Amino acid sequence: MKPKIYGTVVTLFILGLFGVYMLVPTLSADEFTEKDVARWTEEFMSVVDKGRVLWGSGELGKNGVACGQCHPNAANTHPETYPKFQQQLGRVVGFRDMVNWCLQHPLEGDALDINGPEMVALEAYATYERRGVALAPGKH
Amino acid sequence: MKMNLSNRRGFMKTAAIGTLPLSMVELTFADPQQNFSFAHISDSHIQQIKGTKFVNNWDRGLIRAVAETNLLNPKPDFVVFGGDLAQLGKKEELDHGAEMLAKLNYKTYCVLGEHDYYLDLGAYWSELYGPHYYSWDHKGVHFITLNSILTYDKWTFERWPSDMQRMLEMAGLDNPNGSPFMVGEKQRAWLAKDLAGVDKNTPVVLFSHSPIQKIYKGWNFWTEDAEEVQALLKPFANASVIYGHVHQIQYNQIDNISFNAVMATAWPWPYPASYAQAKSFMPKLTVPMNRANPFFERDATGWQLIDMDNGRAALDYNLYDNTNRTVAYNPKTRQPEDRMFQSPQNRVSPQTHF
Repeated sequence: MKPKIYGTVVTLFILGLFGVYMLVPTLSADEFTEKDVARWTEEFMSVVDKGRVLWGSGELGKNGVACGQCHPNAANTHPETYPKFQQQLGRVVGFRDMVNWCLQHPLEGDALDINGPEMVALEAYATYERRGVALAPGKH
Repeated sequence: MKMNLSNRRGFMKTAAIGTLPLSMVELTFADPQQNFSFAHISDSHIQQIKGTKFVNNWDRGLIRAVAETNLLNPKPDFVVFGGDLAQLGKKEELDHGAEMLAKLNYKTYCVLGEHDYYLDLGAYWSELYGPHYYSWDHKGVHFITLNSILTYDKWTFERWPSDMQRMLEMAGLDNPNGSPFMVGEKQRAWLAKDLAGVDKNTPVVLFSHSPIQKIYKGWNFWTEDAEEVQALLKPFANASVIYGHVHQIQYNQIDNISFNAVMATAWPWPYPASYAQAKSFMPKLTVPMNRANPFFERDATGWQLIDMDNGRAALDYNLYDNTNRTVAYNPKTRQPEDRMFQSPQNRVSPQTHF
């Protein structure tokens, strides 16, 4: 029996080595390096920066008004309070719904695709400017 | 009949629906010569879309302020416009704004704002309204307007490839490429000379666009040489600074100087404390305006009727879609106070900003 076990161990070892080589480029699901985090943060910040540009742009709506005219540094948008009961709309809505309301009314423009890259960028910017503030869903 | 200013507002609202109750306003002042009122309208930000199209929302704010001011009875002695008539200083915007302002039935004194200035350095504004800073006397009060939105010469004259880019960089309130406002040495020298001939017991009221105090630099709720200007007002028993730019109710007392901000007719701004990433120094005295409800287009915008009580200002805030407020100098506490909300137990929930 002993040689058979030995053989199995050797086989498993070889297979294991092979497996490790196979896995090196993708790592395991829960493994990441500082370099990865730096890259992901960079990706995120590039979207925040895009959001900042859109926030100050008169092109988002149709009357040249920019989000930043009323909301410098995205202040008074309270992304941490969404979803919440938006009393003026009479229902619980998300932050993106309020962004679209602003685009359609003060900015006299069209709503954005709720999951489109521009909306994600606007949300990323407003939320980033509110970092550190505790989540308070539903807060009026 | 004796009536206070908030009754006068009721009076005006009644007037607007067609009945004109004839009432006399009588306030008890030591020197009735110094008993008069004027209106203050500010920050209309008239914004051109294209050709003859302008942002309707901002137009409506100014049209309403002018119409309501014209309905005042008793009539104010004059009107002050606190700056930022235009959004990007364009001739078209200044002309359109001036046309609306010209409907005022009163002598109008204008203050220069950064949005009127940074395209052509106030050249076209001057064609409409004259010098950038000046003073006048009225019923025993010495009034001054300053151009407080100047900045470092290097920023103004050397940094930007075009006049329009300079304008756009200064127009973005939270733009880190902006530059702090200041009155500057030349105007401070002029002010010192102007005040040299004024008796120290004469009430002095200074109109500026920026606050002449330091509240939050990031949004230019700030004047770089505020202390130097304050020092020039310090010898006077009775001095007030009334400023625009901040689009919100603010008030403060520094030594003998009372500070009052005015509302915009265009849109309200958040209080700096609602920007979580930076420290600001809002005067503790200030009871904030109610949080704006964006679904009411004119909410948290408005204009002011200012009553001079022995040279001290009482500001009646005419808020279009909200409860009106009065902030008046209290001679007992020697500071401006809200007549209804000053005491912490009188505050209401919508005054909470976060």
